[in-house]
Amino acid sequence: MSPNPPSPVARTAGVLDVARLKRDFPVFERTARGKRLVYLDSAASSQHPRQVLQAMDHYYEHSHANVHRGVYELAEEADDLYDQARRAVGRFVGAADPEREVIFTKNATESVNLVASTWGRHSLRSGDVVVLTEMEHHANVVPWLMLADEIGLELRWLEIDDQYRLDLEPLDRLVDGARLVAVTAMSNVLGTIPPLRQITETAHAAGAVVLADGAQLVPHQRVDVAELGIDFLAFSGHKMLGPTGIGVLWARRSLLEAMPPFLGGGGMIRDVRRDGFVANELPWKFEAGTPPIAEAVGLAAAIEYLEELGMDAVAAHDHDLTAYALASLQERFGDELLIHGPRSAEGRGAVLSLAYRDIHPHDLAQVLDQAGVCVRAGHHCAKPLMRRLGVGATARASFYVYNDEADVDALADALAEAGTLFG
Amino acid sequence: MSGLEDLYREIILDHYRSPRNRGELPTPPAQRAEGFNPLCGDEVVVYVQVDDGILSDIRIAGQGCSISQSSASLMSAAVKGKPLSEVRALIDTFKAMMSIHQSSLASQAGDAAEGPGISEDPAAAPGDRVVATSSSPDADDAARDDLDDAFEPEPVDPEALGELAALQGVVKFPVRIKCATLSWNTLAQGLDEAAAR
Repeated sequence: MSPNPPSPVARTAGVLDVARLKRDFPVFERTARGKRLVYLDSAASSQHPRQVLQAMDHYYEHSHANVHRGVYELAEEADDLYDQARRAVGRFVGAADPEREVIFTKNATESVNLVASTWGRHSLRSGDVVVLTEMEHHANVVPWLMLADEIGLELRWLEIDDQYRLDLEPLDRLVDGARLVAVTAMSNVLGTIPPLRQITETAHAAGAVVLADGAQLVPHQRVDVAELGIDFLAFSGHKMLGPTGIGVLWARRSLLEAMPPFLGGGGMIRDVRRDGFVANELPWKFEAGTPPIAEAVGLAAAIEYLEELGMDAVAAHDHDLTAYALASLQERFGDELLIHGPRSAEGRGAVLSLAYRDIHPHDLAQVLDQAGVCVRAGHHCAKPLMRRLGVGATARASFYVYNDEADVDALADALAEAGTLFG
Repeated sequence: MSGLEDLYREIILDHYRSPRNRGELPTPPAQRAEGFNPLCGDEVVVYVQVDDGILSDIRIAGQGCSISQSSASLMSAAVKGKPLSEVRALIDTFKAMMSIHQSSLASQAGDAAEGPGISEDPAAAPGDRVVATSSSPDADDAARDDLDDAFEPEPVDPEALGELAALQGVVKFPVRIKCATLSWNTLAQGLDEAAAR
């Protein structure tokens, strides 16, 4: 339904043709601080190809109406687009039953909160065990802390080893008696990608369900929920070339059926009387109020774009660029540059948390900004991990489909300038 | 790099590399106040010793970026041994510089602040707070003060600020203003608490 099909496949022999692909992204027509824009903050939020923006514009200009309520042509079209988006998301993550198992939310954070508020409050009792990891984003920590405050959970923590990988040695012991293992599919600080399938098998053997925070991994690799065996998957649209304001919760149908509704209101009910209500069927039971329709259309266009590139090509591109960055930064800066994360590109994503000499991350980010290089400085919503690393903040560079080796070189040049300035 | 030279003046880098009055003071008799910027994790701890209306000693602890640490160091050198009335006046003057220049610089520095937002004090950004305060967060109060000043600007005499004037380049970098004001808000809080004791 998008007005223009995605660009012809911009890849050559498994590797993305970045120069060509970049022309799809209007933002790269601008400069930053008068320099070439080097956007290295996609782990926070990615940029948008024209195809996504045009799909959303087209929806607003031609087919906007509220969903599920109208019999007229416009409303039918809006319904169709919204349903198509749900099917596209389901297809993208290998859902067995996309039309019931894919719930649209505001973002990955809301998806985790939905699980904590409904499945958690409904199924967990005082003293139940939830296993987390110390490299979780706050989105997969605070909802469980809130629930622990409310009903009294025992939280157990998987830790990282000195190679910044998840230490799975105590996993058997930690999952013993656990009800839930909530784990990131890829750390937004370290880039570490834990072996989700192995964790899930161990968790299931112990009788625990598994929630994966896929906010970082889903945009960068083919994620198949059936292959991984997980029970819940949360992710956001805006880190995968889509718009802000839309996220996804995928969950097994059997779990969703047993969960009470999340927010109450229109759309999520089958009947309402003065003395009660009957919840709607899946997936609408979890989608109260007018949903983010245009955002769903945009997300579907983003998925179409990524599928056109091929997720295996995206992953290979990430891997190659990360390997180049690790090698070239090491060669240029040696021990003066510390990377908080695995030193090999295997089993890690395209996220580099940097500490250069003793330059504070905010000062580093400020100098990089003057060179047009956009990185994020701060705790990256992972304060338990920051404590473990013994730092208050890091400067983080993250790569996506539109980044290339020239961007890594620009990062290195700007780091060198910072080194000169702070002597 | 011209913008960066405005921000990272040599005197700022000097105070960052060799911070003055670094350390702690025994409490009591000294008063300890802690300021925290949750956005970047910077923290500053200010110890003040007040004797007979004089800020007789001050020490700075904590950690943070070059702007927050050098501002704290410059502040400690500027207020040590001064009567409290002068210290209070200097706090006001410094915070005025951190807001007035925002609007006066806007006309000359196109990329610093554009359009109708220029009278807004970025120091009022949500999340900027000083911990351990009583009612409303100190930083918000400070921001409101700054905003008032912005409506009726009083000229800040760079002479009165001495070395502190080196920090005026910070206002061209709105997100860093709260780095520069962190220690000053914390000092004000420490003085309030010392007075209340």
